[in-house]
Amino acid sequence: MSITYLEAIREAQAQALRDDPRVFIYGQDVGPFGGAHKATKNLAKEFPGRVLDSPISEDAIVGLAVGAAIEGMRPIVEMQFADFSTVGFNQIVNQAATLFWRTNVPCPVTVRLPFGGTSGSGPFHSQCMETVYAHYPGLIVMTPATVEDAYSMLLEAVAIDDPVIFCEHKFLYYHLKAEKLPSEALPVGKARIVREGRDMTIVTYSAMLHEALEAANELTPEGWEVEVVDLRSVKPIDTDTVMASVARTGRLLCVGEAWPWGGVTAEIIARVSSEGYGLLDAPPQRLNAKDTPVPYHPNLWAAHRPTARAITAAARKLLRL
Amino acid sequence: MLQTVLEPQTAEKAALFRETYLAAYRFMLLARLLDDKFAALWRSGRIHGGVFLGRGQEALSAATGISLKKGDVFAPLIRDAAGRLAFGETVLDAARTYLGSARGPMGGRDGNVHRGKPKEGYLPMISHLGAMISVVNGILLARRFKNHAGTVGAASIGDGATSTGAFHEALNQAAVEKLPLVLVVANNHYAYSTPISRQFACRDLADKAAGYGVEVDSMDGTDLNACLETVGQAVDRARAGRGPQMVVATLLRLCGHGEHDDAGYIDPELKKSPVGRDCQKVAEDYLIRQKWADPATLATWRTEAVHKIEEAIAQVQREPGPDPFTEEWRAISTQRLNEGHE
Repeated sequence: MSITYLEAIREAQAQALRDDPRVFIYGQDVGPFGGAHKATKNLAKEFPGRVLDSPISEDAIVGLAVGAAIEGMRPIVEMQFADFSTVGFNQIVNQAATLFWRTNVPCPVTVRLPFGGTSGSGPFHSQCMETVYAHYPGLIVMTPATVEDAYSMLLEAVAIDDPVIFCEHKFLYYHLKAEKLPSEALPVGKARIVREGRDMTIVTYSAMLHEALEAANELTPEGWEVEVVDLRSVKPIDTDTVMASVARTGRLLCVGEAWPWGGVTAEIIARVSSEGYGLLDAPPQRLNAKDTPVPYHPNLWAAHRPTARAITAAARKLLRL
Repeated sequence: MLQTVLEPQTAEKAALFRETYLAAYRFMLLARLLDDKFAALWRSGRIHGGVFLGRGQEALSAATGISLKKGDVFAPLIRDAAGRLAFGETVLDAARTYLGSARGPMGGRDGNVHRGKPKEGYLPMISHLGAMISVVNGILLARRFKNHAGTVGAASIGDGATSTGAFHEALNQAAVEKLPLVLVVANNHYAYSTPISRQFACRDLADKAAGYGVEVDSMDGTDLNACLETVGQAVDRARAGRGPQMVVATLLRLCGHGEHDDAGYIDPELKKSPVGRDCQKVAEDYLIRQKWADPATLATWRTEAVHKIEEAIAQVQREPGPDPFTEEWRAISTQRLNEGHE
C-alpha cells in the first residue's frame, strides 16, 4: 500500500470534511468531476452538498470564501492552476489578507494552488506564486515537499484561523509516494533538516527539495557532506533553523523554482547576511529559474528551472570559494 | 364585505409606510448633516485622508438600510452614510473612524468610509469596486449551509462598478447559487469624473441584469417614496426565495467624488434636470404636502440631529488616537506564525 502526494491532498480534504462540519470545498470542476487534477475525486459523492462546482470566476470564488469564513465556515478553495490565482489576486491580497488586521475578525480560508512546472505545461500552467503571496502581510504560505507534509500541512491549513496559500507542486502529484499517511507531524512554521552535512547548507522547498537531495548525493563521492534544509512554509520562514545550519556549515546556497527577482531565496540570503554575517565562510549564493516566462518545450524547460545537475554545479562552485 | 376586510389592512399598511418614511427621512437628514460636519472638519484639517459624501444619494441609501432587518447583511459603499445609520451604525462609530479614534471599530487601522463590523453583518468595504458583492454571497451561502434561512444581503455599488469583473463574477455567482442578494445600483451619472457615456453602452444599466438571469427593477433615486417601495419590494422578493435582485436608481451625485474634488465636470444641464433634484428637498416637500410634518417639526428634527452630531464629535475629539508603541503590529491572528519584522 502506498499513497501519492496527490492522494494525500485528497485524503486531507476528506479528513477535514469528516472532522469539521464547517469545512466545504469550492472551485472549478471540483464537484462530481473531481477536479482538473483529481484532488477532490469522489469527495462530492462522499460529502453531498459540501463540494461545489463554481463558475470560472476566481475573484468571486475567493470573495465568497471570505464571506463564508466571516460567517464561521472553513472554506477550501481550489484555483485550478496557481497561474489563474492572478485573476483572484485582489480578493486574496486585499480582502482575505487585510480582514483580520482591519477588523479583528479572523479569515480562515485555505486557497489551494496547484503550482510549479511540469514538462510541456508552458507559460500559463507552470508558475510559482509563493513569492508574490509571501510579500503580502496577512497570509500564510505553505510549500510542502513530501507526501506526509502535503497531508498534515493541509489539515493544519484548514485548522488555522488565517488565510493560507497552500502551494502544492504539480510535479510531485504522481512522482512522490509514501508508505502511509503520518499520524504526527512537525508544526507549520518549523523547517526540517532533511539531510545532515558539515560542508554547506542548501535551503530549499517544495519540488526543489528533491533536486537538491539528488545534488547532495552526487557530491558525496567527492567527499562533500551537504546539509539540506526544507523550509516547508515560506511564510513564516524558520530563520532559526536556517541560521543554525549555516552556523555549522559556513556556506549557504538557496534554491527556488520561482523567478529570480526578489523572492524566497533572496529573503533567506538577506536574513543570513544581516543576522549571521559572521557565520559565513563564503558569499551566500542562490539559484532560481531564469527570468523569462516558463517555456513549453521540455528541452527549454529543463534548462529554465534549477535541476539536480545545475544545483550540483552551483554547489561545487560555492564549495571551492 | 371585501371592503371591510381590506380596509383595516390598507390603513395599517399606510400607517406603517408613513412610519418608515419618517424614519428614513430622519436618517437622510442625520446623514446629510453628519457628512457636512465631516466636510467642515476636513476643510479645517482635522481629518486625515479623504472625506466622501453621499449628497444626493441619501434617499436610496436610507431606503436600503431601512429595508433590511437585524440579522441581514449590508455591504455599503462610499455614499452610504444614511444607509449605514439606518442599518444600525452609530454616529459615534462613524465619527471615530473619520477622526481616527482608537476606540472606533477600525482602531485607526483603516479610516473614513472603510468601516464596519463583519460579525454584525455590516461589512467594511475595500477600495476595489465590486469586490464586496461576492463576500456578501459567501455569508449568504454560509447561512444556507447552516440552515439559517430568511436573511437577505444587500450590496451597494455605482454605475462605475458595473464595469468591473468583480461585479460580473459576483452577480453571476449569486444567480447560479440563487442567493438572496439585493444589489443596489446607484447610477449617479459619474464614476469620479467619467460620464456614463464612457462607462457603458447598454440602453440602461437595468439591462445588465437580464444577462445574468437576475430580476431587476428601476426607480427615481431622488424620490424617497420610490426608493422605499422599489428597494423594499426587492428585499421582500429576495427574502421570499426568488433569488438575487438588482435595483437601479437614477440620480445625480450633488458633490465631488470626495471633498478634494470640485466636480467641475458635471454637466450643468443635468443639474437642472429632474435627475439633479435634491432628494432631501423632495422628501421634505412630500412630508409637508402629506401633512406628516410641518416646517417647525422639520426644524426641530434638524436641531436634534445637529446636537447628536456635535455631542458625538466632541466626545470623539477627546478620545485617544492609536499609539504606534502599543500597537500590535501583527496581520494574522495565529500569534506563533507571525514573522514579527520590525
